[in-house]
Amino acid sequence: MGRKIRLVEICHARSGDKGNIADLSLFANDEAAWELIRREVTAERVAEYFRPVASGPVQRWEVPNLHALKFVVHGALGGGAPRSLRSDNLGKTFAAALLRMEIEVEE
Amino acid sequence: MRTVRIGAGQGFYGDSLLPVLDVARYGDVQYIAFDTLAELTLAILEKDRRRDPDYGFPKDVVPMMRNLLPICREKGIRLVTNAGGINPRAAARAVAQVARELEIRLRIACITGHDILHRLDELAALGVEFRDPDGGRTLADIRDRVLFAAVYLGARAIADALDQGADVVISGRTTDAAQFLGPLLHEFRWAPDDWDRLAQGVVLGHLMECSGQVTGGNLQVGWEDVPNLERIGFPVAEVREDGTFVLTKPEGTGGAVTLRTVKEQLLYEIHDPTAYVTPDVVCDLTTTRLEQVGPDRVQVSGTRGKPAPETLKALVGFADGWMGEGYISFSWPKAYSKAKRAAEIVLRRLEMQGVKPEEVRVEYIGINSLWGPLAPEPEDEDKINEVRLRIAIRTQNKRDCEVLAREFPPLLLSGPPTASAVARTPTPRELLGLWPAQVPRHLVEPHIQITLEEV
Repeated sequence: MGRKIRLVEICHARSGDKGNIADLSLFANDEAAWELIRREVTAERVAEYFRPVASGPVQRWEVPNLHALKFVVHGALGGGAPRSLRSDNLGKTFAAALLRMEIEVEE
Repeated sequence: MRTVRIGAGQGFYGDSLLPVLDVARYGDVQYIAFDTLAELTLAILEKDRRRDPDYGFPKDVVPMMRNLLPICREKGIRLVTNAGGINPRAAARAVAQVARELEIRLRIACITGHDILHRLDELAALGVEFRDPDGGRTLADIRDRVLFAAVYLGARAIADALDQGADVVISGRTTDAAQFLGPLLHEFRWAPDDWDRLAQGVVLGHLMECSGQVTGGNLQVGWEDVPNLERIGFPVAEVREDGTFVLTKPEGTGGAVTLRTVKEQLLYEIHDPTAYVTPDVVCDLTTTRLEQVGPDRVQVSGTRGKPAPETLKALVGFADGWMGEGYISFSWPKAYSKAKRAAEIVLRRLEMQGVKPEEVRVEYIGINSLWGPLAPEPEDEDKINEVRLRIAIRTQNKRDCEVLAREFPPLLLSGPPTASAVARTPTPRELLGLWPAQVPRHLVEPHIQITLEEV
């Protein structure tokens, strides 16, 4: 039986902007967490998660030396910071939102 | 092996003026580098320049220099900054004026050549593409609304200015990382194709350019344990000739330098980690090695570089409509429901007056203003003591923004109860579209000029 955990329990993260793109990094706290997020936190899942706020696709890269995943979420910032109506026009809180995402782990 | 010590002074236009004083006094550095320009900044500066041709650069460079020049003269610290903004010559004049007032002798280098606003049509005719990355618009559609156009220049000109003996180097849109790489090129004479060392130099600059973000600021998990943030130490690096460096901060300051703080900044806003593209080198950040070698000391080594690109990134900024905003707060009971009802009323009133915004954003501060629909809906409204409503619209017509703002105060008397804190509605703000473009180096680099002035 699996149970659900939030990414914040096993990761840290940071996010920012570039034009209309939110740029997120997700860092596993240890080796076990790294294997888990590599498998579970796919580009498809992240795209699905951010769909309510982002119109574009999501790209993902693995950064094994840092036990990290890089996500680039397109169409996320209302046309880019200086054109955006968003209070968080710089995408600073995307990392926090990602850390709230749940994944399934084995008991 | 010879080492150079370099510190960071500023992460953006508006950053605190205090931490740099600790870097200058206690950092034991030979150079302090400042990044003052974000994507948004050039537009703000261009508006300043239109109001007054002596402006168009981050104004805090003046108090910054007033504080620093006496310390830097005593300690022999040289300063490198892109605080030239859109008007580097005016910034250099302002800094020269500060030096004269303080009676400090100074050689100030001014680097120009980033500005392609007056060359847009020429460059377009030569085949450079300026167009909307998210749609079909071309340069012709926005030509009369362009506010600025700037190319991101690399570190070579900064190194050249230091070679010529400058104590202070002021440039326009040189890259953030170039402020730090420039002094290293000057000191170590790395060959222009020594890609691995250049990559280490860019990584150093990238880690340091956001000031406190690498020394414990904006740490998502573990922020409660970062000591003494009120006196955060800005980063200082101890760099070896082979490019390996230790990232640390001035003795006695707050904040922290750990694997966690360094990792988060290493990947910050870089997109493809295997190819972080800069004018000086393309870096593969999947090869960088980090090691905690002491308290608040992280060693960074091993980054592999690939040849610099044939083109340079440019950014074209243009006026793209107006944002109008209004705010109003409601208290318990049913604060959230009242705020939602107020939003309906305001939006209906806009319709009644024929205002049709291109985009409307309704946010409830305390509930979802930062996350929008990603925020969970409150389960029990009775537990919410207050909610602040924010409505923002985008429109091509500034008057629409005023109509919106006008609809908030009447809610105090004629809307849902407990409406309050409606004062100080923000004035309409001009919005800015930004298009990135790629310009061949040979069309830009011959235009770079270094002017040295002795005060």
